Amino acid sequence: MIPFIGELSLILAFIFAIVQGTLPLAGVWKNKTTLMNLAVPTARIQSLLILISFAVLMYSFYANDFSVLYVASTSNSQLPTMYRLAAVWGGHEGSMLLWVAILSIWTIAVTMFANNLPNTFKIRLIAVMGLVSVGFLAFILFTSNPFDRLIPAALDGRDLNPLLQDPGMVFHPPVLYMGYVGFSVAFAFAIAALLDGRLDNAWARWTRPWTTVAWMFLTLGIAFGSKWAYYELGWGGWWFWDAVENASFMPWLVGTALIHSLAVTEKRGAFKVWTVLLSICAFSLSLLGTFLVRSGVLTSVHAFATDPSRGLFILLYLVIVIGGALLLFALRAPNVGLGEKFDVVSRESFLLANNVVLAVAAGSVLLGTMYPLLIDALGGGKISVGPPYFDAVFVAIMAPGLFLMGLGPLAKWKKASIPEIGTRLKLAAVISVVSALLVPSVLGKISLMVTVGVFIGVWIVSTTLILLQNRIKTKQIAGSSLIDNFKAIPLAFYGMLLAHLGIGVFVLGVTLVKGYESEQDLRMEVNDVAKIGDLSFTFQGAQKIQGPNYTSSQGRFIVSEDGKQIALLYPEKRFYPVQGATMTEADIEPGVFKDLYVSLGEPLEKGAWSVRIYIKPFVQWIWAGCIIMALGGLLALLDKRYRIANKNMAAKTEEAF
Amino acid sequence: MNRTLKFLIPLALFLVAVGFLTKGLFLNPREVPSPLVGKPAPPFTAPILGEAGKRFNSADMKGQVWLLNVWASWCVACREEHPLLMEMAQTKRIVMHGLAYKDIDAESQQVLIAMGNPYNKVITDPDGKIGIDYGVYGVPETYLIDKAGIIRYKHIGPLTPEILLTKIVPLLKELGV
Repeated sequence: MIPFIGELSLILAFIFAIVQGTLPLAGVWKNKTTLMNLAVPTARIQSLLILISFAVLMYSFYANDFSVLYVASTSNSQLPTMYRLAAVWGGHEGSMLLWVAILSIWTIAVTMFANNLPNTFKIRLIAVMGLVSVGFLAFILFTSNPFDRLIPAALDGRDLNPLLQDPGMVFHPPVLYMGYVGFSVAFAFAIAALLDGRLDNAWARWTRPWTTVAWMFLTLGIAFGSKWAYYELGWGGWWFWDAVENASFMPWLVGTALIHSLAVTEKRGAFKVWTVLLSICAFSLSLLGTFLVRSGVLTSVHAFATDPSRGLFILLYLVIVIGGALLLFALRAPNVGLGEKFDVVSRESFLLANNVVLAVAAGSVLLGTMYPLLIDALGGGKISVGPPYFDAVFVAIMAPGLFLMGLGPLAKWKKASIPEIGTRLKLAAVISVVSALLVPSVLGKISLMVTVGVFIGVWIVSTTLILLQNRIKTKQIAGSSLIDNFKAIPLAFYGMLLAHLGIGVFVLGVTLVKGYESEQDLRMEVNDVAKIGDLSFTFQGAQKIQGPNYTSSQGRFIVSEDGKQIALLYPEKRFYPVQGATMTEADIEPGVFKDLYVSLGEPLEKGAWSVRIYIKPFVQWIWAGCIIMALGGLLALLDKRYRIANKNMAAKTEEAF
Repeated sequence: MNRTLKFLIPLALFLVAVGFLTKGLFLNPREVPSPLVGKPAPPFTAPILGEAGKRFNSADMKGQVWLLNVWASWCVACREEHPLLMEMAQTKRIVMHGLAYKDIDAESQQVLIAMGNPYNKVITDPDGKIGIDYGVYGVPETYLIDKAGIIRYKHIGPLTPEILLTKIVPLLKELGV
């Protein structure tokens, strides 16, 4: 009975979403207040209904209701409760429901916090979000209903894919989707503005915080996913340029470009058309990612579902949403105007360069991701474009962009001077060159990749610090204390600094782990010792242990440095009987300067095992960098003056109407 | 350029992409005639993985029917066909050599340790030169080469049990293996 409530709310939500997406728009067009007033209540009811339906599905998983087909195929009574709840998004149908559930959270947020917008604009915004929801709800109801029944009920479920039975999987999808779906708000802002014909500083100011929140979640979501791959897949890698990873990375690149371009539109009124196009692209790439992952057109370690009718449905949806948006763009954007002029050397130019680099980088990832599909469609069969392409192309595109990142924030708006920037950055240049030469020789292996990487990483960090020092100096009022100076700087500026620092930390992490990681594959008998540098790994044998829904061989390793024990590691080889799957659970001793990573390969004769040992220097910096970036986003969001300004602006625009 | 036309570019690009996506959904042409089928396999010599100093010479394979499977550790689709390759290796019916295409030796070796080694020998092709001679579109690809060194069949994409039973096994029978 309970699953039926879930299905019913989903159907009702679909009906409400249709109303939300159409009547208020008609109301704005015909200037009928009664129709316009429908927007907020229908949006809230629609969202609540979806959330109810999501809660019902969660309950079905919690209660092991195997009369629901989806529960029976992705859960099992032996599965620990936490994973039973995470199993809600462990398969196709539930992932889609999670998608709309998160869209409803965003919709509710828009109805609650977007009060500073002019009324008609807000109504259009909510209506566009309703239309986005209609498509996804139709997709779920017609092709991927998570509440389909299984009569008679299964005795037990087929269990969750063991790869997904991991704490990381509990958080990774919701956080990632918060980002993905969050770009729908920026998208709706762009469409509403195009419909409205108004694209001004105020519009950019309203869009900014929403975009920043989405970007923040996406950053964290991608970082969680990468971390999950690192410890769960047992290969010690943290990024595979897999189609699904790329699907989340492309919106991130475009979203990052969007954040910067919005800043220019808000502050200088320039880049308007470009900003709108980026808003459309960011969400389009999120949708495209969903298509690529869900339709199964690409082979991927993540591929869950392959069903052409689903693929066709999503494709149709893409055509309507993205095609419609781009058509509207083509019709309306020419009238928007260009905004204020700026010099070749100016902050605008640097931000333009940033945008071009990020857009080209996203394009190159898109090309690499779609290339196999392209070849397939042209009759060339299924192929894989791997890291050799991505590493070469992506790094070559991003490196100059990252260098410019150090210069841009120091340049003045409208007109800047190169000699002036040069004097300010002399110190940073010296520090970066010295570190680029010193670090590789200290660490013992010199390569071009490491030298360039260290240079860029240190360059970003040092220019960012100089930027802070510079800002304090220019804001200095006679007699004010240093603390007052720190306080006088808006939080948004600190947010920018922190996000840039995060990039620097990330670049250093990537460079050093790529340049200095070491690995050994060996056969180890009980009490064998493996030596890597100053470290020795003693294998003390493996013993059988029993987990809640698996059996496991757990190895025990003592790691010591210069004769002193520094870590105990327990890597496992698990067997999940329900799915007949074997999983490698690496054990990792994380550290600021290096991770010790041990995983078990295959059992050999007489208690010996094939063992893989990695030393991963600075690998944690990769995720630390992402977290710092996200914190930067958070700071920017908390900027108080920004919100007051927003309110004043809204009051003014309201008067103007 | 006309101003309005310029603003249509994003839409036009998108529609082209949609065209490909649609075709990608319906077409699944895993089988294409290769210009090399029926021609002599390009000769090569190259280092053998895990056997330092030894080189593989394709001329030594004259008089034998063999399979050349192009793969890489970074190739996701290769993991899909790997279990089938392992099964094939267990039957010991045919010699199969692997070509580690644009791969790093240590990484190729690692995959073989983790997933098992179905190959008689693994030939390394770090810069993809042999791959170019053979017209490799991407990995995985599989070539069937007869006693006279002629390529008799080429499969692009992961091998499947159907391909094995309907294409490769009949050809092997024909070639007397």
